[in-house]
Amino acid sequence: MALLEVRNLEVSFGLRSGAVKALRNINFTLDRGERLGLVGESGAGKSVLGFSILNLIAKPGRITGGEILFEGQNLASMSDRDLRSIRGNRISMIFQDPMMTLNPVLTIGQQMVECLMAHRKISRDNARTIAVQKLKQVQIPSPETRIDQYPHELSGGMRQRVVIAIGLLMDPDIIIADEPTTALDVTIQAEIMELMVELCERNNVALILITHDLGVVSQVTQKAIVMYAGRVIEQGPTREIINDAQHPYTQGLMNALPQMAIPGQRLNQIRGSMPGLQKIPTGCAFNPRCDYVMDICHHQLPGYTASGNCQVACHMVAEMKKSAQASEEV
Amino acid sequence: MTAQANNQAESLVQIRDLYKKFNISGDFLDQLKFKGGKIVREQEFVHAINGVDLDIKKCEALCVVGESGCGKSTVARTVMGLLTPSQGSISYRGERIDDLDDKALLPYRKKMQMIFQNPYASLNPRMTIAQTLEEPVRLHNPDWTQQQVRDKVHEVMFSVGIDPSWGERFAHEFSGGQRQRISIARALAVDPEFIVADEPISALDVSIQAQVLNLLMDAQEKRNLTYLFITHDLSVVEHFGTRVAVMYLGSLCELAPTKTLFDKPRHPYTQALLSAIPRLEDDRPPHIKLQGEVPTPVNLPSGCVFHGRCPYANERCKSEIPKLITTDEGGQVACHGVEEGRL
Repeated sequence: MALLEVRNLEVSFGLRSGAVKALRNINFTLDRGERLGLVGESGAGKSVLGFSILNLIAKPGRITGGEILFEGQNLASMSDRDLRSIRGNRISMIFQDPMMTLNPVLTIGQQMVECLMAHRKISRDNARTIAVQKLKQVQIPSPETRIDQYPHELSGGMRQRVVIAIGLLMDPDIIIADEPTTALDVTIQAEIMELMVELCERNNVALILITHDLGVVSQVTQKAIVMYAGRVIEQGPTREIINDAQHPYTQGLMNALPQMAIPGQRLNQIRGSMPGLQKIPTGCAFNPRCDYVMDICHHQLPGYTASGNCQVACHMVAEMKKSAQASEEV
Repeated sequence: MTAQANNQAESLVQIRDLYKKFNISGDFLDQLKFKGGKIVREQEFVHAINGVDLDIKKCEALCVVGESGCGKSTVARTVMGLLTPSQGSISYRGERIDDLDDKALLPYRKKMQMIFQNPYASLNPRMTIAQTLEEPVRLHNPDWTQQQVRDKVHEVMFSVGIDPSWGERFAHEFSGGQRQRISIARALAVDPEFIVADEPISALDVSIQAQVLNLLMDAQEKRNLTYLFITHDLSVVEHFGTRVAVMYLGSLCELAPTKTLFDKPRHPYTQALLSAIPRLEDDRPPHIKLQGEVPTPVNLPSGCVFHGRCPYANERCKSEIPKLITTDEGGQVACHGVEEGRL
């Protein structure tokens, strides 16, 4: 059994102007120790998906359909009380801005000890020893003195290390990291990503990495999910998606990267921008921006087609597969 | 004409020995400290730029890269006259501009324009797009008729891909990418020669970044623009820049043509920075880890500012500030190791 299985997940936000579907029909699985990347542009729904796994979506949003099975238990229908034993304990979350995550009026140690004592029956002294150990694991120099400092006394990279240490405190099974390095410089980003991969491998922790940076996904994850306007449009092994993207949007994203273009030449841009969730076009949501748009794309939502080990939601890919099959049979 | 004289004739903007420090010690009473039985006045400074020399040549895109706090935005703002240098000079076409008053600067402001990072903050929310774009045109061309101004605004809106009929809308009605196009239109509206772009695409999504970069490159081709492009994103630099200047803690480490810099970085910091770019390729060399963190610009390290984190530092690096030397590949690098042939 997979560690985490998301089935037909739907999330809606009830607004005055009517319900807006932020996530539609999301399906994926995550195994123990696996690293999964959620990629997409702002507004694609990747953060909403990350939050909804822990049932953390704030009102007016709510899960309107589907199941989130964590070791067979459905987190979507679980009571808050039961969820509390999972949040931060079995599944923990790391956010983008470490200054917003950490409480500025408590020392790092107080925050770590509080978290440990909330989940385990443990003495304050023991909790502190564990906290120091975890700080050492994330390579914070002289953790014994750092633990009594306040968040503002640390640099941005250090703070994110502390947040990671807090995420690891309870030895969770899954870490959900929402853009953990977006606020950091490239050299620090490289260090933090390396550290996270190493810690996940050592402790056999599964990682869900939410990011807009295809380079980071390529280097960190084994599986990737590309999202567009609240839907998964392509998912599969990371290397396959990076080397041989099937969906026109994934291809477009990849080609829009400056590193894929010849220096000095025009970049291949995708025209237009992502539609707002209230104005999603009928049929395939990508159709107004797609270069290969066909008639069917305007009125029918594409289903998933298997291509290699990937699942792709595109009419064109489906047709190409069909005609390839037909020619094989002939 | 010698090569050097030729070089000088070509450069549009010259930055000479630029220093900028910010006083962070608060007001007069905050500066008074009680020490050893006496009241003394102490001041603290952030040393944002420490002796930068740069020539921006005509029709090139000079990219300045570095991590946060390295002084790259301060350079941009000082060049534009938004900050006054603490020491050193800035010349435009050979005329010194950093000591001019507002009135004398006006003709230069028409030639030099700036694009800011955050298009949500740089457009006035209470003005329509047409008002935003007409204001600089009218200010810099006081003798133009209303019709001329409108035609100009239509032309720039069209050239950046914004429908001119949207002029009556307000900034909040546009997406981030469209707002950045409007900021670019505002800069282009007065027909400048030189544009300073401070992280113009950092706030945008990947697919929109490509659109805006293409727009900037098209504008450069059509209007013979010169860019000073500030960014932290090295893959953008590789694509966009003619030359690249790498800054660290207020000093210039390396300055080289883009291809040279990416193929053969000489300065240890540049090497570490390049190795940290997240790449799509599978087989890339592991990234070079630097020890420690960027020191504070309040108390600058002695000698080479990078020596505390440099794996090759020796005694000389700790005491003597390295000067820019020209390398065989045509770049310039400030490193004792390279100068001595160790690296």
